[in-house]
Amino acid sequence: MQTATPVPHDVSYLDYQGKYKGIFAWIFSTDHKRIALLYLYSMMTMFTVGVLLGLAMKLELIAPGRTIMGPQTYNSLFTVHGVIMIFMIVIPGLPAVFGNFMLPIMIGAKDVAFPRINLMSWYFYVAGAFLVLASVLFGNGTPDTGWTFYAPYSFKTGTNLLPAIFGAFILGFSSILTGLNFIVTIHRMRAPGMTWFKMPLFPWSLYGTAWIQLLATPVVGITLVLVALERIFGIGVFDPALGGDPVLYQHLFWIYSHPAVYVMILPAMGAISEIIPTFSQKHIFGYKAIIASTLAIAFVGYFVWGHHMFTSGMSGTAQYTFSVLTFLVAIPSAIKVFNWISTMHKASINPDIPFLWAISFIFVFMIGGFSGLVLGALATNVYVHDTAFVVAHFHFIVFGGVGFSFFGAIHYWFPKMFGRMYDKVWAKVGWAFFFVGFLTLYSPMFYLGMMGMPRRYYDYLPEFHAANILSSLGSWVMTFGLLIIVINLFRSAKNGAIAPMNPWNGKTLEWTVPSPPPVENYEEIPVYGEKDGPYEY
Amino acid sequence: MYILSNTVNASNFVHGVDKAFFLIMGISFVFLIGLTFTMLYFVYKYNNKRNPVATQIKGSTKLEIIWTIIPTILVMVMFYYGWAGWAPMRTAPKDTFNITITGRMWNYTFQYENGKNTDTLYVPLNKAVKMKLISLDVIHGFYIPAFRIKEDVVPGREKMAWFIPEREGQFELFCSEYCGMNHSYMYTYVKVLPQDQFNKWYADTLKHVETAVDSPTATGKRIMKNIGCFACHTVDGTKLVGPSLKGVYGHPVTVTTNGTDREITADDEYIRRSVYDPNADIVKGFNKGLMVSYKGQLKEDDIKQIIEYLKSLK
Repeated sequence: MQTATPVPHDVSYLDYQGKYKGIFAWIFSTDHKRIALLYLYSMMTMFTVGVLLGLAMKLELIAPGRTIMGPQTYNSLFTVHGVIMIFMIVIPGLPAVFGNFMLPIMIGAKDVAFPRINLMSWYFYVAGAFLVLASVLFGNGTPDTGWTFYAPYSFKTGTNLLPAIFGAFILGFSSILTGLNFIVTIHRMRAPGMTWFKMPLFPWSLYGTAWIQLLATPVVGITLVLVALERIFGIGVFDPALGGDPVLYQHLFWIYSHPAVYVMILPAMGAISEIIPTFSQKHIFGYKAIIASTLAIAFVGYFVWGHHMFTSGMSGTAQYTFSVLTFLVAIPSAIKVFNWISTMHKASINPDIPFLWAISFIFVFMIGGFSGLVLGALATNVYVHDTAFVVAHFHFIVFGGVGFSFFGAIHYWFPKMFGRMYDKVWAKVGWAFFFVGFLTLYSPMFYLGMMGMPRRYYDYLPEFHAANILSSLGSWVMTFGLLIIVINLFRSAKNGAIAPMNPWNGKTLEWTVPSPPPVENYEEIPVYGEKDGPYEY
Repeated sequence: MYILSNTVNASNFVHGVDKAFFLIMGISFVFLIGLTFTMLYFVYKYNNKRNPVATQIKGSTKLEIIWTIIPTILVMVMFYYGWAGWAPMRTAPKDTFNITITGRMWNYTFQYENGKNTDTLYVPLNKAVKMKLISLDVIHGFYIPAFRIKEDVVPGREKMAWFIPEREGQFELFCSEYCGMNHSYMYTYVKVLPQDQFNKWYADTLKHVETAVDSPTATGKRIMKNIGCFACHTVDGTKLVGPSLKGVYGHPVTVTTNGTDREITADDEYIRRSVYDPNADIVKGFNKGLMVSYKGQLKEDDIKQIIEYLKSLK
């Protein structure tokens, strides 16, 4: 922004030639849009690794006993799959890609508040990713603790755990810096006239998310440092053999990792809150109720971590208190669903591909949410905790929720980001395969959990076989859909038809700038008048 | 499916847990189906071909209040049934049959008050059974799906679980908390016997020793099986996380003691030390710290029997 020569306004951010050439024009760029794409491409690389690991796990589970690998390999696979998917995909997820790209444009700013810190947080992301991958490739064995690193097993295992923990620690800093950047951007850089209650809902969800990132992530950072100190020096905080308390580890871990679930899902809900009014051509129903529910989730979400630990050993009072709070956090999510569906009432719906993703999001998110009620209640939690039921539940929320929203968001904003339109027929075919495959993959796990099959099981008893076959078949259908979606998007980014400025007739500010946007988004900062608003159709 | 099959009323907790389960699932299904069909109906009815112009409605405070209050009431009902099904699990009655359950990587052993030691959990029908849960290494999960109970077994803490078995039969007992390589093989069975059969089984402590007269190695093998040695050590030369016991006795072994390698002969004293102080000498090529001492679980006599058995593994 402080460059001596003003940036030409008629050059898109994709074509801009700055000081650096080639790849350096990207990895040294502080343009929020280029950083967003850096995140997108690095996340897609890691996502590919995560998906392949998941496929290998499902293939192993297609039959009892050894299918393609031994138990140690399987345990390493679900550990690395979890670490990659949680820390590198769904936590940075929508904020890092669509938050970075759209937040400044949607609030009428030229960039985020701290563009250099923004780039630095991507460097941290890459460094963390390399460290985790290093733990896989070097040292004496791939980590096998599960992504939760539970004590005291994380001190007993002889595998190469420290680089993975250090990687997760650095990824935490990436998350904190992004959160900090967004909070300052939203407070200080909204367009003149855009009051808090004229801000679109996606920035609102990023705001709630950013506070969680900022306040909760340090807890897991400290916890991971303690694990490292315990492993190296044996300080005796968590390991009972040294006088420590392994349940304390679980508390500290979930104090972060439960709010982290809301870091994942809030921006996903935010993107859905943009897609639905645009494709309904109608004002969002209950704008303030959606904002209130976002803030309520962000706040109450801090106080429900104990529901991960109902069988770990807590006082009875702590157990039912956490159970009540868990049920309370379900209500704002329900309110959002009611408002989204009400937005479709008396609307004029264009059931295009982003809208298909949005309504399938609502469907799988409801299944994830309802199964969460089973896990929030004490009696039923004790029964299905640590079984395949939990695996099904969080894949419906984290992959169903965040994943469907991510794909919805990319199909929604793709013409803006790349200035081109994708092939809509292939996009629908990919969606259909993905949707059917997803349900076939994860629904049988609910059944398996209700049968009593524990999670993280390399091998299982014959009675669990049928449902596991179905689940493995689902993984292939889903991956096939995924391939169609990704290939279609990749081809279209280069060769798709030129997209207009506002292909969906959206009313938020990003549809008022050219596709793809110029380097500094706006030649002149837009001004919101008395009657303007993000959903005034 | 367990929750629907003949394990209904396998224990005193089944009724309360299943009631909460069906209540939550029932309400959830009504909402899931209702909301999904409403959504699909709107998508059909208000398609832009049928309804080219949307009616701008910005919200309704009345509706927001209604759909805040109704879910709040419903989830509080769910909470209540969840609590009601769970509360009895917290306190065991006074008069119970007591069993100590010891978890380690990767098996459970069950010790009875008369000194009986088994790898399968035998319990009397219709009698309150109280279990002391102890872990010797990492966290395990004590999980009997048919009885609807689960409690983590945490090292350094003494935990409790109890139940009244109300159905005769054999049920699975899993480790539910991930505990390392052979986590998925850490399962055994609960056998619920009528009181008279159980008493007969319980009083049967001497029978095995008698059969041992026939085969001098059978007792050692049985002890090792009951205490779970074979989860990590094979007798056929296959390498697991622990060295195979085939042909070890009387032969030289390279071990690491306090960081230095040395070669020793696997004699009685070495075997005894390997059981009571397993991390003193680590066989080269294996990891330290995975095995914990069996002191208190195996007596000197047991070790003598084990040595007899090991001698037979040529």
